[in-house]
Amino acid sequence: MATTIPIGPYHPLQEEPEHYLLTVEEEEVIDVDVQIGYNHRGIEKLSEKKTFNQVPFLVERVCGICSHSHPYAYCLAVEDCGDIEVPERAKYIRTLIGELERIHSHLLWAGLAGHFIGYDTVFMWAWKYREDVLDLLELLTGNRNAYAMMKPGGVQREIKREDLEGARPKLETLREKSEMLYNAILDDPVLKARLEGVGVLPREDARAFGALGPTSRASGLPADVRADFPYGVYDELDWKVITREDGDTLARVEVRLLETLESIKMTEQIIDEIPDEGSIDSEPENVPAGEGIGNYEAPRGECFHYVQSDGSNRPVRHKIRAPTFMNFPTYKSTCKGETVADATIILASVDPCYSCTERAISLKNNEDVDLLELSQQKTADLKQEYGVDKSPLEEVLDE
Amino acid sequence: MVGSLVFDFFVFPGLLFTLAAGILASWVVRKVSALIQWRVGPPLLQPAYDIAKLFGKENIIPKGGAEWSYIIAPLLGPAGLLLASIILVNSNYLGTSFIGDVIVVLYLLVLPALSVVVGGMSTGNSLSAMGSNRELRLMVSYELPLLLAVTAAIVKSGGLKLAIFTARPVAASVSGALGFIAALLCIQAELGFIPFDTPEAETELMGGPLIEYSGPLLGLYKISNLMALLVLPLFLVTVFLGGFSTGWGALWGAIKYLLVLVGIILIKNTNPRLRSDQALKFFWYGAAPLALIALILAVVGDLIGIGWV
Repeated sequence: MATTIPIGPYHPLQEEPEHYLLTVEEEEVIDVDVQIGYNHRGIEKLSEKKTFNQVPFLVERVCGICSHSHPYAYCLAVEDCGDIEVPERAKYIRTLIGELERIHSHLLWAGLAGHFIGYDTVFMWAWKYREDVLDLLELLTGNRNAYAMMKPGGVQREIKREDLEGARPKLETLREKSEMLYNAILDDPVLKARLEGVGVLPREDARAFGALGPTSRASGLPADVRADFPYGVYDELDWKVITREDGDTLARVEVRLLETLESIKMTEQIIDEIPDEGSIDSEPENVPAGEGIGNYEAPRGECFHYVQSDGSNRPVRHKIRAPTFMNFPTYKSTCKGETVADATIILASVDPCYSCTERAISLKNNEDVDLLELSQQKTADLKQEYGVDKSPLEEVLDE
Repeated sequence: MVGSLVFDFFVFPGLLFTLAAGILASWVVRKVSALIQWRVGPPLLQPAYDIAKLFGKENIIPKGGAEWSYIIAPLLGPAGLLLASIILVNSNYLGTSFIGDVIVVLYLLVLPALSVVVGGMSTGNSLSAMGSNRELRLMVSYELPLLLAVTAAIVKSGGLKLAIFTARPVAASVSGALGFIAALLCIQAELGFIPFDTPEAETELMGGPLIEYSGPLLGLYKISNLMALLVLPLFLVTVFLGGFSTGWGALWGAIKYLLVLVGIILIKNTNPRLRSDQALKFFWYGAAPLALIALILAVVGDLIGIGWV
């Protein structure tokens, strides 16, 4: 007899409003359905009421984890629409933040995946290591998340050479820890028993369902916007697209952990090669009438933005498609025939992000100044710890 | 006579002692887990606060379930563990023991798992029914190796009285050590700890059999878990590690108990959750043959009269 097991909309698997309906016989999953739409926030409509330079701050809040991906994809779309040139130095800064974001997102996922199969020690350790990346991001941009670096035509703020040099030792410890995590996870026989051969997504299915990002790369489909349609400075860096042929959950874990190491390598190259002088903003005057698309390889896969302009100072249409939206259908291939116990880790193995897929309400300013001061104090402490100077903002605040 | 019985049942080694020691043990579990995971961990009395909070909450009885078994099931666990605790502590501490008490304790230790199964089946919730199903499957898995291991210990020590086990540690022989390892893994499953927490699996079944329970009835299940943290490792210490006695012997016994507990915590924190079919395979093809070898070695050692086999 078939029964329905609801996972969500309120479920401790992932503390987000997801809703999977598993049709099961005994413990075997015979069908799966995904319902979305619990978290619609009207971001696209809000975006039409903002000027081109304001929208990055809005789309940054689409997702707390990909808070660089969405503004980047949006800026690429606007630059495509208006044929706007971006200075070399700005491209380097954009790519640097993008790769650091990838590290933090993949470490976050590795921890969560551990939690989903009851391995809370991996959860805590991975998140502890992730703190180092967040510290790095705070050191370079002033924020742990929502970095507010992007604008059409360049970046908002400079990153000083001292800050970049201060990041090097942290990157080295990060590499050691990531390698340790990689070895610890792949050497664990019990983890292997839980992950190997579970939720196999064959290469043909990955292509047929339009899987993106690590989900497709773990199935042997080397789809990566960074390599296929290079933006930023990816064509100048020495890196490779990580793929695995197995298509099971273990392969998806492996791809993400190896990409973390690859991103650390890229970050170090960027610090080496970034030009010290040069403008960071081409200061575009206006966006002519027309339309543009932006493809960005977010940690979870290709993030797609479409912007239409009528020559005024705001977009008339702005469409966002998050990678998770494209990865949902793969469940039809991966979950069937597995047990409920395995279905949970399979559902989580595409690294679904509901707030990306569905968008939430816009938050109003918090007038509590204390929190802001505390946050600025922490940034200053961090800079002192790494022996780098105060940021221009703090110098202004001190006066 | 009556006074001493009341003292036995309600103060030491009964309700009060078992509960207090269980709260301490639960704190040790949470604190050591926290240290492994780079967290701070809870204050000493946190488990007690948690229980106290549950007893101040409302009981919600689901419609469409079996009301009586829903209410009575949570009482089975604490009752069984309480009796097992009294028998275990008294046989160690006072040396009062009766023939076959080890078998009685084994039966009493089945009660907590049974109470979870009955409670989960009587809620009418599909997730808790699935959890009960898994709990039953887990019981079927670990009972066989546990019984084999304990039988090996009985053969080794040469008696059915718990007091006899404490004379000389059974684990100080090859068969005893093998049996101890097998029994330790079974205790891990009996406690419902990772890697064998399939019935409750928070991220899959949202607590499984306990999903509909709330207030004092849920509190009773939590109390049952606390008591099990004292009773089950104590059972292992008594049967395999020579138990404890009065005076300095009590301290030595406490150290042995803590070592077993920390071993269990370490296994809990360095493994992911197994699937039920993997757990079954692990116990039937891994732990059960190990316990069987222990039993055969014990019988052979007994026949040819070599102590260390």
